[in-house]
Amino acid sequence: MGILLRCENVSLGYEGSVVTKDLNFTVSSGDYLCIVGENGSGKSTLIKALLGLKPQLSGNITFCGEVSKNEIGYLPQQTMVQRDFPASVQEIVLSGCMNRCGLRPFYSREEKKLAKDMMKRLEITDLEKRCYRELSGGQQQRVLLARALCSARKMILLDEPITGLDPKAANEMYELIAGLNQKDGITVIMVSHDMNAAVRYATHILHVGGKQLFFGTKEDYMTSKTGQAFLSVMGGDEDE
Amino acid sequence: MSEVFDKLHMYFQLPSVRYAMIVGLLIALCSSLLGVTLVMKRFSFIGDGLSHVAFGAMAVATITGITNNMLIIMPVTIISAVLLLRTGQNTKIKGDAAVAMISVGALALGYMLMNIASQKGGRTSSNVSADVCSTLFGSTSILTLSPADVWICIVMSVIVVTVFLVFYNKIFAVTFDENFAKATGVRSDMYNLLIAVVIAVIIVIAMNFVGSLLISALIIFPALSAMRLFKSFRSVIICSVVISLICAGLGIIVSILAGTPVGSTIVTADITVFFIFSLLSFITKKGR
Repeated sequence: MGILLRCENVSLGYEGSVVTKDLNFTVSSGDYLCIVGENGSGKSTLIKALLGLKPQLSGNITFCGEVSKNEIGYLPQQTMVQRDFPASVQEIVLSGCMNRCGLRPFYSREEKKLAKDMMKRLEITDLEKRCYRELSGGQQQRVLLARALCSARKMILLDEPITGLDPKAANEMYELIAGLNQKDGITVIMVSHDMNAAVRYATHILHVGGKQLFFGTKEDYMTSKTGQAFLSVMGGDEDE
Repeated sequence: MSEVFDKLHMYFQLPSVRYAMIVGLLIALCSSLLGVTLVMKRFSFIGDGLSHVAFGAMAVATITGITNNMLIIMPVTIISAVLLLRTGQNTKIKGDAAVAMISVGALALGYMLMNIASQKGGRTSSNVSADVCSTLFGSTSILTLSPADVWICIVMSVIVVTVFLVFYNKIFAVTFDENFAKATGVRSDMYNLLIAVVIAVIIVIAMNFVGSLLISALIIFPALSAMRLFKSFRSVIICSVVISLICAGLGIIVSILAGTPVGSTIVTADITVFFIFSLLSFITKKGR
């Protein structure tokens, strides 16, 4: 169990104002870390910092072992632009291989095969030629997940992956992610509002507020004060 | 019918008409390539903004009396393109406002400078409005192209098309999801810059042809029409290039035969295609 990611005394925020501080946690290979917290507590800022989209105010974020900074698969929240983008599923999944290309202008045969394998893994092979904007929300998320897996097979970072999905699709998505974590050994970091899913699937929980409120295994979290207080408020909240 | 062909045959004997056709088709090809990217990035109006900047730069070039006004127009337009696409993300003045500001500002300044210049030169003011009109809506100068102009246009088009083909996959990735591209280590800033420069080059080439007010139509309409019917990025681009070439070819022929202005005839053809495609997409959706 090698450590892949280490955060030391990280504080995050926008010019002048600190959103969250004193973040200290590590992610090991094979972990399923769920980042929870209320709106505005700095969850998405943390994601951006981990991805290198936004610099941290202070502290260190280090990647070690088999993952380097640009080898995280990322499942972003969907933007409005993407909802009506004219692109086929295959084109989108393949674009996840972009970071393997470097300066090479076109995709190699292996990359195309990788994209095919990932589509097969996520059971969207039959959608290959379909247009992205005609798919259902759940199918779109699978496409984006396949793309994320093309860009990195060791670690994926999911930003609210079930936003806008109906309960059935959301459950399928969770099972899929859990499968990737357990069967394929992919390290998962997920931001979520859904406390029930967090405590059901995750191995570790990071609870952020104005500062780090809790980091540890799920079992510890359930018995901790923070966890119990938060669970009683949030639990069942999004489980319509 | 044969009269028409005879007339066309006669016209195409003239080198100037052939030059116009070559240049027109090349411009149509280049301008349609990046249409989809601009529409999806919500930058449909950048064509407008930049062409007004180019108009302003042209006015400055006229005043200073530089013989080759490309020397001023090209760098100024490229710099504005870079600034506009950069400010799109996070600044105090948002993308659409910035485009509006720069385009109207450049237009006003350019028109004023042209007036001042003509007063000093002692020309009549009606001459200025004719000048301005032809810069805005495209001039008849398409029929007075020299072989050198044609060569410049050919070289520029080859560069634009090559850049587009080489960076096709990267342009797709950056257009579809900039954050993802950046997060996985694609240098999206660089490719945004590249897109901006290519657009500026296309606009400057196209300005002489359809005029600075109508360039946006040349860039946006083929892409929008293609997006009505086609489902993958590649097919949309191929289709918009085909549409653009056909409309430009038809537009030039009609404008020669009927004596209509070249730029607006081509845009009319583009609009017609857009409505046909919208109708087709409506029908296919109903039929399903």
